[in-house]
Amino acid sequence: MDLAFTDEQKAFREEVRSFMEEKYPAELKEKRFGAMTKEDFLSWHRILADKGWIAPSWPQEHGGPGWDLTQRYIFDQELGRIGGVNIMPFGITMLGPVLQNFGTEEQKAHYLPRILDGTDWWCQGYSEPGSGSDLASLKTKAERDGDEYIVNGHKIWTTMAQYADWIFCLVRTDNSGKPQQGISFLLIDMNTPGIEVRPIYTIDGGHHVNEVFFTDVRVPVANLVGEEGNGWGIAKFLLVNERSNIAEVMKSKKAIEKLKNIARAETMAGDPLITDESFTKKIAELEVDLLALEFTELRALSAELEGTATGLEASFMKIRGTEIQMRVAELTMEAMGNYAMTAAPFIEVPDNYSHVGPDYGIGAAQNYFGMRKTAIYGGSNEIQKNIIAKFALGV
Amino acid sequence: MDFNFSEEQTLLRNMVQTFVQDNYDFDKRMKIVRSETGMSAENWQKFAELGLLAAPFSEEQGGFGGGAVDAMLVMEEFGKGLVMDPYLPTIILCGGMLDRHGTDAQKQAYIPSIIDGSAIWALAYSETQSRYQANHVRLQAKADGDGFVLNGHKSVVIAAPWASHLIVSARTSGGENDPQGISLFIVEKQAAGVSCQDFDTVDGGRASDISFENVKVPANAVIGAVDGGFEVLEEALDFGAAAACAEAVGAMKAATAATIEYARTRKQFGQPIGSFQVLQHCMVDMLGEGEHATSITTMAHLKLNAGASERRQAVSAAKSYIGKSGRMVGQNAVHIHGGMGMTEELNIGHYFKRLTTLNIQFGDEDFHLKRFSAETNKSAQEAA
Repeated sequence: MDLAFTDEQKAFREEVRSFMEEKYPAELKEKRFGAMTKEDFLSWHRILADKGWIAPSWPQEHGGPGWDLTQRYIFDQELGRIGGVNIMPFGITMLGPVLQNFGTEEQKAHYLPRILDGTDWWCQGYSEPGSGSDLASLKTKAERDGDEYIVNGHKIWTTMAQYADWIFCLVRTDNSGKPQQGISFLLIDMNTPGIEVRPIYTIDGGHHVNEVFFTDVRVPVANLVGEEGNGWGIAKFLLVNERSNIAEVMKSKKAIEKLKNIARAETMAGDPLITDESFTKKIAELEVDLLALEFTELRALSAELEGTATGLEASFMKIRGTEIQMRVAELTMEAMGNYAMTAAPFIEVPDNYSHVGPDYGIGAAQNYFGMRKTAIYGGSNEIQKNIIAKFALGV
Repeated sequence: MDFNFSEEQTLLRNMVQTFVQDNYDFDKRMKIVRSETGMSAENWQKFAELGLLAAPFSEEQGGFGGGAVDAMLVMEEFGKGLVMDPYLPTIILCGGMLDRHGTDAQKQAYIPSIIDGSAIWALAYSETQSRYQANHVRLQAKADGDGFVLNGHKSVVIAAPWASHLIVSARTSGGENDPQGISLFIVEKQAAGVSCQDFDTVDGGRASDISFENVKVPANAVIGAVDGGFEVLEEALDFGAAAACAEAVGAMKAATAATIEYARTRKQFGQPIGSFQVLQHCMVDMLGEGEHATSITTMAHLKLNAGASERRQAVSAAKSYIGKSGRMVGQNAVHIHGGMGMTEELNIGHYFKRLTTLNIQFGDEDFHLKRFSAETNKSAQEAA
């Protein structure tokens, strides 16, 4: 057993680290996620695209760097270390591998380069009002009419659909069999007549998610990925990718670092909060949990490299990773005391806005509210436990 | 032993329930909190007409002489309705303090305008460095001729943007952490040298950071004794903390009821999600928290007028418990609602937010747990 990286891996880490430190846009460093614009995301996307690093998991034949799992792990760590914004996953992490595995040559040739260079912003049309955790119950239907499908239905929780040029959708092309049968995977241009995007404002004060309505939307049959009715297999393939890097270890490390800085600056009756043992104990417990998760992730990586992974690692990491993210946000709010109650405007910040309280506390409670979503999305933590129970308990 | 409400108390509760149903359903509530002022002057006048603003004041002041349990009932119903009007700061914190410790002249000058709804009050006690420790006061009041001059800063003063009057804690002697040497002043918000930076709070309320620059106040603006204000302030904060507990109990009950209703109707995998045992146990725990929170909040209200030490122990026990149970209920109400619980459109997220700020106000779970521990140890030592 050996924890050290090889010399080659260390050299790679140095290369990634110095690139990120040099090239990560300074104006994004201090920006809260809720205040990020489309252009902010795209500016970092283009920098990585120019370097050839925008799609760490893609093979070289499709324009990826051809990294192995360890290199991808190192890249994620280094991005997290500088507090960099994640690569938007919809095109790169979700759709890209789907097209590479299930798409036609024409689809690959057309869409993959546009994902890489940021021409197309994608969003994910999976959830519907009646199907959240029970995804297979989706109802949005696509009826064949010559060379086109006519799509009618309603998607919800569509992250950043307000920016999207395209949406990949699960649609029902057949009602006759089991719910998992008759689902197809369709690519739809967001500019097609009959599509309406309505914002959903969330309790963190942000606009991250939307509803997308489809009324007689005509989609060329050429936009079908895989065979008609075989979408469920593709959907599951995609969801496995969705859960990669879900542990968010580096992000939580950064957040704990920030929490400690806040606890050094904040006072109770003049004494720094960091001298309050009951509070530092809570931070320490969190750090210990995170340390365990960090090594769970390394063991999972190692098992995957050796082909001994059980497939349950991602579920364990999703559960604990989100618990830790929620807890850091909660303690950060707690550290802010009364000033945690101040509301920061995420949307439409007025010109004359000046917040009260210290800068490091802006949006502390709102971030805590928003973080609750991590236990709900990407397969709720209960669904993850059901997955583990089904395979691990033998009952 | 009798935990039943009197006929008058039941009538009071029904009246507040009816008010909330008629004037403060969720849509109306959101319109009010998102409006320019964030408050409905019309509702405040209705409170006055219904006698709610007079309820806790003694009969000689034109009130109805309602006790702590009456206040608890009102606050619990406000909690169920997510009512954000400044009943707690105006009536319970400041009105209560004036009623118990004001001079006759102060009572005559100020209580009638509170009862008729024309005056709104806020209690300016917290400072940036003090957090929840109300005896840590830097704001200075220096004797000046017949009166005092105030200089300093107060932070996150709830309801201050609506207020016409403030009660301000200031240091008249002693070191910045001494309980002795604190005095309480009535300050008109319009007074020269008072400047407010108003802001929205995350629960839909409003608050201000307030600077005091050479603010002159007359000697008769002091509530209680000069240098002896802390006990008066601490007592008021305990009344406020108890009221916050009652409001949280109402919010917990409403959020739990809405969650159970949602779980009974929301279907996934062909059955109501409420049929899943893991969610059933969670909702049963939410109900249990509501029960115990009701119990400890009732206990605290029954001891508000006991001796100071007993009052401190009771209120801190309740406030720390409410912090814990409110968090559990708020988080799980959102979680069981799934994505819907995360939206601004549904009331659930707003209960969660309100339960979060009620934990912070008047000191959070940790603060009150320590205060409870210190106070119980002190009284055990004294008894030994």
